[in-house]
Amino acid sequence: MSTVVLLVLTGLGLGALYFLVASGLSLIFGLMDVLNFAHGALMSIGAYGTWWAASGRLPGAGPGGLGFVLAVAFGTAVGTAAAVVLELAVIRPLYTRPREQILATVGVGLAVPALLSAIWGADARPFPAPDALSGTFGLLGAQVPLNRLVLIAAAVIVLIALKVFLGRTRHGLVVRAGVEDRAMVTALGTDVRKAFTLVFAIGGAAAALGGAIGGLYFGSVDPEQGTSLLIFAFVVVVMGGMGSLTGAALASVGVGLVQQFANYYTTDGLGDLAVVVLLAALLLVRPRGLTGRLA
Amino acid sequence: MNANANANANINANAKATAAPPLLTVRGLKVVVGGRHILHGVDLDVAALGTTALLGRNGAGKTTTVRGILGLVPRTGSVRLDGEETVHLATHALVRRGVGYAPEDRGVFAALSVAENLRLAERPGAGEPAYGLVYELFPELRTRARQAAGTLSGGQQQMVAIARTLLNGNRLIIADEPTKGLAPKVVAEVARVLERAAETVPVLLVEQNLAVVRRLARYCAVIADGRTAHRGPAAGLLDDPDAARRLLGVGHAHPHTQPHARPPAHPGTVQDQEAEA
Repeated sequence: MSTVVLLVLTGLGLGALYFLVASGLSLIFGLMDVLNFAHGALMSIGAYGTWWAASGRLPGAGPGGLGFVLAVAFGTAVGTAAAVVLELAVIRPLYTRPREQILATVGVGLAVPALLSAIWGADARPFPAPDALSGTFGLLGAQVPLNRLVLIAAAVIVLIALKVFLGRTRHGLVVRAGVEDRAMVTALGTDVRKAFTLVFAIGGAAAALGGAIGGLYFGSVDPEQGTSLLIFAFVVVVMGGMGSLTGAALASVGVGLVQQFANYYTTDGLGDLAVVVLLAALLLVRPRGLTGRLA
Repeated sequence: MNANANANANINANAKATAAPPLLTVRGLKVVVGGRHILHGVDLDVAALGTTALLGRNGAGKTTTVRGILGLVPRTGSVRLDGEETVHLATHALVRRGVGYAPEDRGVFAALSVAENLRLAERPGAGEPAYGLVYELFPELRTRARQAAGTLSGGQQQMVAIARTLLNGNRLIIADEPTKGLAPKVVAEVARVLERAAETVPVLLVEQNLAVVRRLARYCAVIADGRTAHRGPAAGLLDDPDAARRLLGVGHAHPHTQPHARPPAHPGTVQDQEAEA
């Protein structure tokens, strides 16, 4: 029983991490038809920004208490800024050339980890976690690390915030409409490109936040972390249905749980494979993903 | 222009319209999509009053003309709105100058509610949105405000599309085949609304249903093979069976050559179109 509880919460924590990356990926693809292969790099930037700040290099930031909150905020802000720069400098000039666009994001996705390892080395760096989040708590006989709860809470908050943004604000309305029919949004007099930058900023912020608190989960940061997570985030996006936030949330939970349980009860590594099998099975049964949207 | 003006002389109340310069002047509009030349140079004037119909056979380039005017497809040439060149403007910038557009497929956002579809059309800085007018013309849209637009009937979706063009104080309304695929009763309702809208805002109407054209349009332009083939008063074209057949490919029920008697009252009514509706 205690193993199952631990596996469930760890799976949910991992799913939360997937959701933080996949939510932005899904919105960006839904609105702009851009497969952003640099999204894992944004996560890495968030992770390194937080690590850099929490290691005492940013005045006021540190590994504990408010200092850690500031470090996470700093990492998220850097990742958001990087996402905006990516959209304005790389995606926008290639807007009418989707093939080149994909290649450019692949390039950025390779260049950023290379840059990070050039500056801070290819080895994993220990992530300075605050003492308050390093402990465990007892649940139904299992000792569960607290950071799982932090991840789940962050993902839930991001999901609610995005839902409120999409459902209650004018910008959100433009994004939802743009996911359906971009051209018609412009034909109603709205500059949809502003929504592109906004969605990139939001997606980058969520991914960078994922990187920042993902450091808690992994206990370290390394340059390839974001990129290796990106594959599962893509699986989540396709399973959930491109452009669907609720679908991404459901798929994240499913992928996280399947991966954890399969890795534990079968051979280690088979869980990662099981996720891909799950994707294939789902696409055979429901080609449009969980939410019925075109995958 | 002069020839047109002479031909118009028998139409009542158009003296003012011909005196006023056209609201929209399109010259040499060319559209190339994916290396294919769709439009080779369309000339078109939208009168400052009433409805101007854009006619032509299927595939002649009517919808591309409209999309070219709006900048939804890459285009060259000249598109002047009230004298100002707009061909270099992005679509949203042109629309903000006061253009309402109801596209061929209605362009309704299916996953959004009716109210959200309308709210999306509100333009900041375009004054108070005219919900009073919209709900007066389409009371159904008020009662269905929270319904997802994708679950509406075709006629109701068309009402949403037209309502979006009426919300803002537009200078021009472009409606692309607003009666396509609708039941005859709904066609009449759409025509009635457009007729009323055209009293205050000039309308550019792409339309296959010639009965609707006859009812609404004062002027028309005919597109054939990506070029303007004819410009003039709408009634003049519709009352000339030869011209209608030559330019529109309709009116095969020619009253003079028809061997047996049949009701001739509607030369130019497209039989297939009505069957489709």
